[in-house]
Amino acid sequence: MSAADTAWMLVATAMVLVMTPALGFFYGGMVRAKNALNTMMMSYVALGFVGIAWALIGYSLAFDSNGGLLGGLDYAFFRGVGLEAKGSIPHVLFASYQGTFAVITAALISGAIVERMRFGPYLTFVALWSIGVYAPIAHWVWGGGWLGKLGALDFAGGTVVHINAAAAALVIAVVLGARKDYARQAIIPQNVPFTLLGTGILWFGWFGFNGGSALGANTSAALAFTNTMFAPMATLVVWSLLDLMRTRKTTAIGAATAIVVGLVAVTPAAGFVSPVSAIALGGIAAPASYFALLYRARTRLDDSLDVVSAHGVGGIVGALLTGILAQKSWNGVADGALFGNPRQLLIQLAAVVATIVYSAVATFVILKLIALGFRLRASAQEEGIGLDVTQHGEEAYSRGEGAILVHAERG
Amino acid sequence: MKLVVAIVRPEKLNDVLEALYRAEVTGLTISRVRGHGGETEQVETYRGTTVKVELHDKVRLEIGVSDSFVEPTVRAIISGGRTGDVGDGKIFVLPVEKVYRIRTGEEDRSAVTPVSAEESGV
Repeated sequence: MSAADTAWMLVATAMVLVMTPALGFFYGGMVRAKNALNTMMMSYVALGFVGIAWALIGYSLAFDSNGGLLGGLDYAFFRGVGLEAKGSIPHVLFASYQGTFAVITAALISGAIVERMRFGPYLTFVALWSIGVYAPIAHWVWGGGWLGKLGALDFAGGTVVHINAAAAALVIAVVLGARKDYARQAIIPQNVPFTLLGTGILWFGWFGFNGGSALGANTSAALAFTNTMFAPMATLVVWSLLDLMRTRKTTAIGAATAIVVGLVAVTPAAGFVSPVSAIALGGIAAPASYFALLYRARTRLDDSLDVVSAHGVGGIVGALLTGILAQKSWNGVADGALFGNPRQLLIQLAAVVATIVYSAVATFVILKLIALGFRLRASAQEEGIGLDVTQHGEEAYSRGEGAILVHAERG
Repeated sequence: MKLVVAIVRPEKLNDVLEALYRAEVTGLTISRVRGHGGETEQVETYRGTTVKVELHDKVRLEIGVSDSFVEPTVRAIISGGRTGDVGDGKIFVLPVEKVYRIRTGEEDRSAVTPVSAEESGV
């Protein structure tokens, strides 16, 4: 057990936890004012519903090493998760740190279905999804499962978190269908500063996400930290230039998107590639997601906040480039194709495909199960009024005019 | 000339505007207003405080039209704004004594006949 490692991981865990509220701001700024609270709540409630599902069973399925496909149940209800060392940090801290990843991964999906999903079915979905989809894939890569044994490189969750969430996002957007106003009316962001604020906090938290994935205060963490800083910077530069060339203006929403895309792309690579490689990786990720976004907006696919273009395309670019740019001299683990190990690229491809297939199929099954008992979508009328009032009985920007006090019922 | 004043649901505003443009009614003013018709109250809760919101968000359109445009304007608003539920709003048609176009000083009918920017040489 190391005091230094423990100190860093305590901080990193808190940093990753804050990414989920930050995601709420990132997403909440991009929807219409009548759906602002609903969109932000989709992130915030994941803290509770996914976090507790993780403590009850998700952690055990992911990290109780038992076979290639799924963990066991020995750690269910955090039984046997105590103060003993897991690596060089206390086991409880390791389990908490991993829990923050489960929370944000589930919350990421919500960007595909804003402004139209009923809230009860959403709560059910994220809890079941974190158990049925996130935990198994986390086990495959990090928990001693088959992708890890195969040698797949995923430093902080390019496949487990981002490609996984994007595949689920694609499926849930298709199952729910487009918003009634999609491609009929202009739907524009209610609060771009919120989106920029969320982006800033996400970037800060991401140093814990990638830097903490070294699981200690060591050189690997320093490399991941550095790459987490410079890759999104490169994405931001390239994205801004693309914006300038296409519309002659650099947009704020574009800058926010670019930073997130760069962070997503560097996530699998963070502790495996050199800083110069990370800059190249960040730069390459920009046009891939940029043109994916432009293409998506012209289709009938209402992936409303572009989870697929940002996290799916960014994640795939990052995962594959990790297989090309990885350097054993930096990571002590494996080389990529550019450094004499072309097989690594194939392993990365296998990890990407396996994640997409499993996530898509299992997400579809979970949604169909919930749909047996509940209506997933809000009615057209509820969509018109907005989900803040219809799902939560609150308004984001209430003026209080005409609000009449109802005396509290005496119980 | 008449002044058509319509109160509609904010979420139906785009449909109303579409219908108006199809009816070639292009000059209008809108404002966000709050009001009360016969619709059921909306109940909101903030911590221990429960409130009934008796004033609902609405949009008011004001459209000055020549007499021959009154009927198409009203029909467009009804077709775009109707959901069939209580709270769809009202349309008032008011007589107008005089209309002036500020830019040219034109009066009455010619003042409410739209001119596109290109035609006027702007």
